Amino acid sequence: MTRIIFQKKWLPAVLSGLLLGIFAIIGSSLVGISYEETIDKIRDNERKYLLRQMTVILPKNVYDNNLLKDVIKISAPRLSNKASINIYRARKGNEDIAIIFSPVTANGYSGDIDILIGVYKTGELAGVRILKHKETPGLGDKIEEKRDPWITSFTNKSLSSPGVDNWKVKRDGGEFDQFTGATITPRAVVLSVKKTLQYFNQNQDTLFSKPSGDSKI
Amino acid sequence: MSKIDYKKITLDGLWGNNQALVALLGLCPLLAVTNTLINGLGLGLATTLVLLLSNISISMIRNMIRSEIRLPVFVMIIASFVTAVELLMNAYLHELHKILGIFIPLIVTNCAIIGRAEAFASRNPISASAVDGIAIGLGFTMALVVLGGLRELIGQGTLLEGAHFLFGEEARAWQLSLGADYEGVLLVILPPGAFLGLGLMIALKNLIDKKIAKNMSIVAANPDNNQAAVRN
Repeated sequence: MTRIIFQKKWLPAVLSGLLLGIFAIIGSSLVGISYEETIDKIRDNERKYLLRQMTVILPKNVYDNNLLKDVIKISAPRLSNKASINIYRARKGNEDIAIIFSPVTANGYSGDIDILIGVYKTGELAGVRILKHKETPGLGDKIEEKRDPWITSFTNKSLSSPGVDNWKVKRDGGEFDQFTGATITPRAVVLSVKKTLQYFNQNQDTLFSKPSGDSKI
Repeated sequence: MSKIDYKKITLDGLWGNNQALVALLGLCPLLAVTNTLINGLGLGLATTLVLLLSNISISMIRNMIRSEIRLPVFVMIIASFVTAVELLMNAYLHELHKILGIFIPLIVTNCAIIGRAEAFASRNPISASAVDGIAIGLGFTMALVVLGGLRELIGQGTLLEGAHFLFGEEARAWQLSLGADYEGVLLVILPPGAFLGLGLMIALKNLIDKKIAKNMSIVAANPDNNQAAVRN
């Protein structure tokens, strides 16, 4: 082996390989150092971002625990096409107040829609917001709060008002508006919220009582 | 080596050899993120930073690398810098990072960067490569900002939306608007709008270049014209 390496005709290739290796080490150290330097800040950013979104749907004064610590992970294929979703529990003292779900639906027009849904213990919606989506700009993106007030129409709704059968967009004979030129997107959001409410009604007790595991982010 | 012509390098990067409008490189991010001015500016500045860093380091090692491993080494250097810049943006410009998403890591695939590494930085001293990196980067940024601004203004009737992502909370007030009555032009927001806008910008640049060339040739040709007039 060593004899082959030190043959003259192999020398350029070996040198090139070594040089390439050295640059690979330098490059990955650079990435490693920047990762180490920024990771805490990035985690902190993610946490703050999520908390800010949660504060929008659930007023700060109705709960007093740390939402990001009081978390369980559940796998519920009916709710979300992700392997597991985070469920945040809001409590005041010993009293259960609300639950925040973060389902992802694939029923939109293009790609996943990440939703944040807050449900009070009574089964009434605290609010719904869209975290992330790739719907058509100008049409489907009206599900964003900053483009259209539509998403706020969920607030205070529940499965008994307007009844289960009315949890559809108007074109399908339900209660919720669709947008001109975009029915699929609001239909997906309405369906996802409805399924979440049904899941909540069936599993409410376990959802509140299950001991929390620290959320990853 | 002859004296470096910094002025020419700068003008080439910004205008004469503008990577977006002349070389037509890096069009994927160019077309994808220019739905608002601030998005364009953010990606443009990130690209400029990567260009500057990669140009400097490639110029530094230009006499060390063997020609057969030159490209893999360039790619490795560029990819490392892009990842570092991405992490930094995620840490310090979090919301902008969220919006630009996949297009920050995709700076790696911006041909303009490896193009400059190969065509310029690997053949020129460090100072010239640094100037070239900044000039090329700012030229690219300019194209992104103009296209983003146009699409934002015509498409949704605002300008500088999201300025606070880049400049802090007080910049929220910078946003201009054509008023709530403005309906917006959907075509301009959608991808075809980016192609149309880029086409118009290239046409405009060529028009301006032609005007300049014409003016110059008139100045240069003037004595001849006079002579011709006399002869007639």
